[in-house]
Amino acid sequence: MKELTLHLLDIAENSVAANSKNITIYVEEDTAKDRLRMSVQDDGVGMNADTIAKVVDPFYTTRTTRKVGLGIPLLKEAAEACNGFLTIQSEPGRGTRIDVEFQHSHIDRMPLGDLAGTFLSLLIAYPQIHWTFIYRANGQDFEYDDAPIKKELDGMSLTEPDILSFLRQMIETGIKEIQPAIN
Amino acid sequence: MTTVKSLEDLKRVREEALEKRKAKVESGQVQVIVAMGTCGIAAGARETMKAILDEIEKDNLSGIVVTQTGCMGMCEWEPIAQVIVGDQPKVTYGKVTPDVARKIMKDHVIGGKIVEDHVIPA
Repeated sequence: MKELTLHLLDIAENSVAANSKNITIYVEEDTAKDRLRMSVQDDGVGMNADTIAKVVDPFYTTRTTRKVGLGIPLLKEAAEACNGFLTIQSEPGRGTRIDVEFQHSHIDRMPLGDLAGTFLSLLIAYPQIHWTFIYRANGQDFEYDDAPIKKELDGMSLTEPDILSFLRQMIETGIKEIQPAIN
Repeated sequence: MTTVKSLEDLKRVREEALEKRKAKVESGQVQVIVAMGTCGIAAGARETMKAILDEIEKDNLSGIVVTQTGCMGMCEWEPIAQVIVGDQPKVTYGKVTPDVARKIMKDHVIGGKIVEDHVIPA
């Protein structure tokens, strides 16, 4: 993977597969503390302690179409190579929370990449899920909670071109507004 | 985010979209599915997805459902996308780069002509 947001997308897909109704994605860049944090929190089926221990093993996967599950091991390795870590908290029936941290300035840290495109892709593809995205850049927040938006749309599809355009611009502008705080 | 203002804007956009849709002839539901497993994502599926959404926006394509799915066990063909037009059988495409995705949208989704070069052989 070339971008951290691709890992984020991958982890979020796990949350979708876990039958979650609510998924919150948090991304924070803090240059003063020199940290980059990301978390994905869901209320899906969750995992027991035994399974949590296994998911960091590349030769473990719940799927039957292939024999390896690389998503979490890849991200864990990337984080640990950049003075960071990956932790998993989960409880069967309650959900899962994955936290990952990097040293922001680390030479091997992948670029964050296309945050807006990643969010948009998820919220369009899985409209049945209640999505919350929070991006924090040196203390400034962009928050996207799709509950009031879906209420306003009253059943209209998110893929209607005008709606899609509106959502894309809303997210892109929201992120662009605070991103300069990083550079 | 100025929530109040944005939601007001959204109300207007929604009403306009409703008007436009009324004026259009419904040509049967089209479903586009992008495989977004680790293998798909690593192969560029997010950019494929973005190209599809961009075509919908640019060509003002109404009534298309875009969803994602996980790994289909054909990782070597990623990025993979599937198109279902109305009650026709599902067509599975492989090596769907953003350019191929745009071609599929134009030829298959709008034009009704399957892009044979990129169909995964059964």
